[in-house]
Amino acid sequence: MELQLNDTERVFRDEARAWLREQLEGPYRNLQGRGRSGDQDSFVEERIAWGKAMGAAGWNCIGWPKEFGGRACTIKEEAIFNEEYVRANGPGNVGHIGETLLGPTLIHFGTPEQQARFLPPIVSGEEIWCQGYSEPGAGSDLASVQTKATLVGDEWVIEGQKIWTSGAEYSDWCFVLCRTDPDAPKHRGLSYILVPMKQDGIDIRPIRQMGGSAEFAEVFYDGARAKKEHVVGGVNNGWKVAMGTLAFERGTSTLGQQYLFQQEFDEVVASAKQTGAADDPTIRQRLADAYIGLKIMRVNALRMLEADDTDLGREALISKLYWSNWHRDLGKLAMDILGPAGELVEEAPYTLTQTQKWYLFARADTIYAGSNQVQRNIIGERGLGLPKEPR
Amino acid sequence: MEFSFSEDQQELRRSARRFLGVASSEERVRAAMATEQGFDSAVWEQLASELAWTALTIPEAFGGLGMSYLDLHPLMEEMGRTLLCAPFFSTVCLGANALLVGADQAQKERWLPEIASGDLRATLACTEANGRWDSHGIEATYTRSGSSYILRGSKHFVLDGHTADLILVAARAERSRGPEGVSLFAVPASATGLTRRWLPTLDQTRRQAAIEISDVVVSADSLLGEEGQGWATCSRTFDLALIALSAEQVGAAEACLDMSVEYAKVRKQFGRAIGSFQAIKHKCADMLMRVESARSAAFYGSALAAQGEADLAEAASSAKAYCSDTVFHCAAENIQIHGGIGFTWEHPAHLYFKRAKSSEMLFGAPAAHRERVAEAMGL
Repeated sequence: MELQLNDTERVFRDEARAWLREQLEGPYRNLQGRGRSGDQDSFVEERIAWGKAMGAAGWNCIGWPKEFGGRACTIKEEAIFNEEYVRANGPGNVGHIGETLLGPTLIHFGTPEQQARFLPPIVSGEEIWCQGYSEPGAGSDLASVQTKATLVGDEWVIEGQKIWTSGAEYSDWCFVLCRTDPDAPKHRGLSYILVPMKQDGIDIRPIRQMGGSAEFAEVFYDGARAKKEHVVGGVNNGWKVAMGTLAFERGTSTLGQQYLFQQEFDEVVASAKQTGAADDPTIRQRLADAYIGLKIMRVNALRMLEADDTDLGREALISKLYWSNWHRDLGKLAMDILGPAGELVEEAPYTLTQTQKWYLFARADTIYAGSNQVQRNIIGERGLGLPKEPR
Repeated sequence: MEFSFSEDQQELRRSARRFLGVASSEERVRAAMATEQGFDSAVWEQLASELAWTALTIPEAFGGLGMSYLDLHPLMEEMGRTLLCAPFFSTVCLGANALLVGADQAQKERWLPEIASGDLRATLACTEANGRWDSHGIEATYTRSGSSYILRGSKHFVLDGHTADLILVAARAERSRGPEGVSLFAVPASATGLTRRWLPTLDQTRRQAAIEISDVVVSADSLLGEEGQGWATCSRTFDLALIALSAEQVGAAEACLDMSVEYAKVRKQFGRAIGSFQAIKHKCADMLMRVESARSAAFYGSALAAQGEADLAEAASSAKAYCSDTVFHCAAENIQIHGGIGFTWEHPAHLYFKRAKSSEMLFGAPAAHRERVAEAMGL
C-alpha cells in the first residue's frame, strides 16, 4: 500500500533516498536510529552536525517557500521525504521545532527583519529552537500562562517558569509565550517573544522521566532579556500567534512515523511467535486488532495526503488521537507478550530495553502536543461543529 | 492505488443520497419493514430500471454497466445510511457475485442480464441452522442421478430467501467434509420440492428466510463451475460481500454520528446544549474517529476488489471486523446520547441499533474475522 507517485515525485524520492543512504551508511553511520522518542538526549553534538549537513545539501525546511530558503515541496513530497528518512534509519532531528513550528510562524506572522534574521540559520541547521509554552499551572489551559515580560528600555525582561521544554539544554533560542498585560482578559494579554537561551537569567533543569532519560526540562527565567523588536505578531497578540504555530503542523511526518510503528509491530509479532504467545487466542485477537489498526492508520494517512492540499479535513483531525491510542495499546501488548521476561532490564542498574523504553514513552503520546481530551475537544468543535464549553 | 473517491464516484454518492432521501425515508423504511416481503416493489423497480444500480457491477457483455467495486462503494454507504430495505445486497453482492465468480459463460448469459435489468432477484443459500459460516457448516447434500443432481437438506439465515427468484444453493457430496466436495447449484425458487418461509428477525430492515430442499432435481447445467469445487466460489463471494457490507456499515455508523451531533447541538440541559459538555462531545469525537477509520478499512477492500486482487481474505476480514465494531459502537452511543427518547419505538435509533447487530453477526462475528486476519498474518 503505497502513495501514488508521479514522475517528478519519483525523481524526488530517488534523490532523497540516494543522499540519505550515502550519508547514513557513510559519515553519519553511528547516528542511525539514535535520538528518537525515549532516546532524545543521546548523540546531541553529532546530531547538530548532522542537521548542518542536511542544511548544506538542501534537505532542511523543504516545505518552505523558495524565497525563505525552502524547496516549496508539496505536503505529499514532504511526506515522501519523511518516509525515506525513517526508512534510512535517520536520527531524531534536533532542528524540527525550528523547521515545523517557529519557521512557519515567522513566515506567516513575522516582520521582514525577523524573517531575514531567523529563517536562514534554521534552514542551514546552525540555530536550534525550543518551545516555551507550558507552565506548571498552564498545560491544556495554555492561555493561563503567568510568565511575565516587562519592557525595560529597549529590552523585554522575563520572569517566570516554563516546563516540558524539549531540547532546552542545546537550543540557541526559545519562542516564549509571556504575559505582557496582566490586566487584560487572559487570552488578550499575551505576547510571543523570541528569547536567546545562552544568557544569564536562564536556568535549565532537566526533568528525568519515568523511563530514566531526560528529554524535557524546566526552564526558569529570572531577569532573562530579549530585544524589544523580537515580539512576533505584535504586543498582546501572542495567543493568536501561538494558536497559529500549532496549526502549522501539516501531518507530514505521519508516514515516517508509521514506518517506525511497523518496525515495532513486526518485533512484537516476532516475539509472540518466539514466546509461544501467538498460540493464545486472546493474544491472537489483540495482534490481529493491532495489525488492522496499523493498516487503517496507513489508509487514513494516504487518504489525507491525496486529498486537496489546502483542506486537510476530518482525516487530519483524527490523526493524533488515533495513532497515540494505537501506539499506547501496542506497548501494553508487547509487554503482555513478553510476560515475566519483560520485567528484566537490559543492564544494571537501570538501562531499559528498547521495548521497555517505548512502552513507557507511549504513555506520553496521549498527553503531549494536545492530550487526548484536548484532541477530542478539537474534533468535536472543529470537525463536528459542536458548541464550545462555556469558559 | 488511488486513495480518494473520483469525481464520478462522488456524483454517484450525491445522486444516491437524493434518491434515497425520498425512497428510503424513515417513513418508507417503517412501511417496508412491516410487510412480509420486506421491501417496496416500486422502489426496487426505480433503483433497477431508472438508476441501473443492479447493472452497475455486471460486465457490459452481460447487459451491465461494467463499473468497478469501488463505484459500488458509495452506493453501499448511502444504502446503509438510510437502512434501505431492498434485496439489493442479496441480489448484487451475493447472487450476482457468486455467478460472476463461479458460473460459466452460458450460465452468465442466462442469469446476469436479468439481474442487471432488475427482473431477477438472486441470493446465496450457504448457511444452515447450525449458524456456521465456514464450509463445515454445510450439511445439505447432492447426489448425481443420470444427467441431473438431486439436492437434499435445509438452509437457514438466507438473505431475502423467501422473495428471491434464483437461489444459489451450496451442498456437498455425501460423506465429504470441510471445503472438499462442496458444489454450488443455481436453483429456481419455483423448483419442485423447494419450500421457503420468512424467518422474522430482530432487525426488521433486512429479511432472512429458511429453505427446505426435499429431493429437488436440477439439471447438470445448474452446477456452477466444477463439481466439488464450489467452496472456492462461496469463499470469494463472501469476501466480496464482506467488503460491500463493510461499506454499508460505514454509512449506517455515520448516520448515527450525524443524528447524535444534530441532537447534541439542540438538546438543552442545565441551560446549555448538551454537545457543549465534554461527556457528550468526546463521545461524538470518538465516533468520528471510528467512522473515518472504518471508511478507510472498507475503502481499501473495495479498491483491492476493484483491481481484481486474487486474495481478498485479509482486507475483507479486516474491514468486516473494524466496521462491525464501529457501527455497533456508534448505534449504541447514539441511543445513549439521545437519552430516553432514543429508547422509544418512534425514534429511529433502535432501527440502526438492530441493523448494527444483525450485520455484525452476518458472515461471522468480529472475533472470527480477527482470527482469520491472524491466520493471514502467518500466526
